[in-house]
Amino acid sequence: MTTQMLTYVFVGLSFTLYIGIAIWTRAGSTKEFYVAGGHVPPVLNGMATAADWMSAASFISMAGIIAFMGYDGSVYLMGWTGGYVLLAFLLAPYLRKFGKFTVPDFVGERYYSKFARIVAVVCLLIVSFTYVAGQMRGVGIVFSRFLEVEINTGVYIGMTIVFFYAVLGGMKGITYTQVAQYCVLIFAYLVPAIFISMMLTDNPIPQLGLGATVNDGSGLSILAKLDSVLVDLGFGKYTSGNKSTLDVFAITAALMIGTAGLPHVIVRFFTVPKVSDARRSAGWALVFIAILYTTAPAVAAFARLNFVETINNTQYEATPSWFKNWENIGLIAWADKNGDGAVQYYAGDALEGGKPQYGEGRGEFGERALINTPSSSKNEVYVDRDIMVLANPEISNLPGWVIALVAAGGLAAALSTAAGLLLVISTSISHDLLKKTLVNNLSEKQELRYARLSAAFAVIIAGFFGVYPPAFVAQVVAFAFGLAAASIFPALFMGIFMKSMNREGAIAGMLAGMVFTFGYIVYFKFMEPSANVAANWLFGISPEGIGFIGMIINFAVAISVAKFTKPTPDAIKDMVANIRLPVGEVKK
Amino acid sequence: MGHQKISKEIADQYWKANIRLLLKLLSVWFIVSFGAGVIFVEDLNQFHFFGFKLGFWFAQQGSILIFVALIFIYSHKMQKLEEAFNINDDFEPDSYDEDEGEAS
Repeated sequence: MTTQMLTYVFVGLSFTLYIGIAIWTRAGSTKEFYVAGGHVPPVLNGMATAADWMSAASFISMAGIIAFMGYDGSVYLMGWTGGYVLLAFLLAPYLRKFGKFTVPDFVGERYYSKFARIVAVVCLLIVSFTYVAGQMRGVGIVFSRFLEVEINTGVYIGMTIVFFYAVLGGMKGITYTQVAQYCVLIFAYLVPAIFISMMLTDNPIPQLGLGATVNDGSGLSILAKLDSVLVDLGFGKYTSGNKSTLDVFAITAALMIGTAGLPHVIVRFFTVPKVSDARRSAGWALVFIAILYTTAPAVAAFARLNFVETINNTQYEATPSWFKNWENIGLIAWADKNGDGAVQYYAGDALEGGKPQYGEGRGEFGERALINTPSSSKNEVYVDRDIMVLANPEISNLPGWVIALVAAGGLAAALSTAAGLLLVISTSISHDLLKKTLVNNLSEKQELRYARLSAAFAVIIAGFFGVYPPAFVAQVVAFAFGLAAASIFPALFMGIFMKSMNREGAIAGMLAGMVFTFGYIVYFKFMEPSANVAANWLFGISPEGIGFIGMIINFAVAISVAKFTKPTPDAIKDMVANIRLPVGEVKK
Repeated sequence: MGHQKISKEIADQYWKANIRLLLKLLSVWFIVSFGAGVIFVEDLNQFHFFGFKLGFWFAQQGSILIFVALIFIYSHKMQKLEEAFNINDDFEPDSYDEDEGEAS
C-alpha cells in the first residue's frame, strides 16, 4: 500500500473510533456536559488532560522550535510542564472542593461580584479563541500535506468531527475521546523518535539517545557533535542560548503561571470524584505529558543534525523528495546564491523579508522561483520550523506506515485540544453569561440546549479562523499565556490563599494585570513591530515573558486596593475556610 | 459539600502544615528549574552527566522529571497528613452536591 493509502486508513480508523466513543458516551445532563458528572477516574482524567493540553503546537511545532533555538527552547519545556506543579499545589484541589462548573464561577462567587465574573469570562474567551484558531490551522496543514486535499476541506472535516463529539458528548464525550486521542498521539510521537534514536545512537530510548554517542565513529555525543557542526556553519552553540538570562527566566515564569491559569486545563480537575483525586490526577497528567516533553528535545536535536547533514552541500536535484514536497507547499525555499546548483545552509536569513514569496515557474535546477531579493548572508535555505516533526520520518527514511501514523497523531493532538477549548467557550457562554448573568430561571433542559448551541456556534467560529487564518495567530500566542498569567492565575491564587482579598482588590488587580500585559504585547507586536528589540523592552523582557511582570503588577495592585477598601464579608471568609479543607466544613 | 464538621483549631493546624509542605516543595521546584536550568545553567554546564552538560540536562530533561516526582510526593504527603488529622476524603462517595441547581 502507498503511504497515502495508509494515511487514509489510519486517519479514517482513528476518526471512526472518536465518533464511536462520542455516541457511546453522550451527555444527558448539564453536569455531565460540563464536568462529565464528576466521575472520571484520576488516571484517565490525567490522560485526557494530557491530550487536552498537548496541542498541534506541542505535537507539530515544539520540537521544530527547539531544534532551531537549542537551549533557548528550554523555556517551552520547563514552562509548559512546571505549570502543572503550580496547578497541583495551588489550584486544582481547592477548585475541586469548591465544586462548581467553571473558572468564572469561582471568581464570581469568591469575589461576590457579577462584574468580576464577567472580567473572568472575557479573559477566558480571548485566551481560548486565540488558542483554538491555531488548532484548526494545524488540522488544515496536516490534511493538505498528507491527504493532499485543500487546506479548507481539511478544516471542514476537522470541524465536523469536533462538532460531533463536543456538541453531543459535552465534557463526558470529550474526556473519553481524549483518552483515545492521547494513545494515538503518544504512539505516533514515540515510534519515529525511537527509530531515529536507534539509527543515530543505537540507543532505543530517545531521552538517553540525546546524551549518547553518535554511531558514526567520531566518538562525539549527539549534543557535542551538534555544537561543533552548528558553530562551523556560523550558528551559536546548540547547548547555549542567545536570550538574556532574565528574559529566559521571565518567559519560563510567564508560561508556567499561564499554564496554571488556562481555563481549559483547570476545568479538567473539576471532573474527578474527590479532592485527593485532583492532586493525583495532576500528577498523572504530568506523567503523560512528560513522556512527550522529554522526547521532544531528543527529536529536536536529532532532526537538526539530520537536516544539516542531509541538505548541506547537496545538489538540488539530488535532495530527497521531502525537500521538494515541502517546497511545493511553501514551507521550504532555496535561492542558489553562488550558482553552484548545491544547497548551502548557514546561519542568517536566506531571503530579505524573511518569508519566501514565490514567483511563477521554476529556476535553472527545477527549484521554485522566488520574488524576494536574496539576502547578503551565505545561507540559501528558508525552512519553516513547523515542518520538522512532520518531515522527520521522511528525513530519516522511515517506512510509510510511520509517516501515516504521524499524520494521525498530529490530527489527534489538534482535535483533542480544539474540543477542550470549545467546551470551555460554550460553557462560559451558556453557564456564566446566560444562566448566571443575563437570563434568570433557566431550566436544566434549556441550559443544556444553550450549551449545545453555543458549542456549535464556537465550532463555526473556530472553523472560520481555520479557513481565514488571521495573520496574527503566531504573534498572539503570547497573549494566551500572558493574559492567563496576569489576570486569571492571581485572582484564583489570592481567592484561595488570602482570605482578606476582597472584591475591589481582585477586580482592580485583574484589570491592571490585563491592561498592562495586553498593552505591552499590542505595542510591540502590532503598533511598533520594528521596535521589538531587546534594547526597547522593559527590563529587557520580551513580550513573550511580560505576563510575569503583569502578574506582579496584579498582585501589587490587588493587595494595595484591598487594604483601603471594605473587607471581605464573613460569609465569604467561611467559604474560603471550607475550600481549604479536603472534605467537610469548619464548625461555626 | 460533605457533612463532616471540623473544629477551627484542627482546620488551622491542617492548613499550616499544608503551607509548610508547599513551601518546601515549591523551593525544590524553583531550584531545579529557575536555579539549575536558568540562572546557574552556565556554571553547571561545566559538569557532565550521561553525556549531557548538566545545566542543559536540567533545562531540557531533569526539571521535568523532578516536577513529576514533586506532584506525587505532595499527593502522598497530603494523604498522610489528612489521615493524621482524620479529615481524609477516601470515604466521601461524591462531593458534588446532587442538587447542583445552586442556591442562587
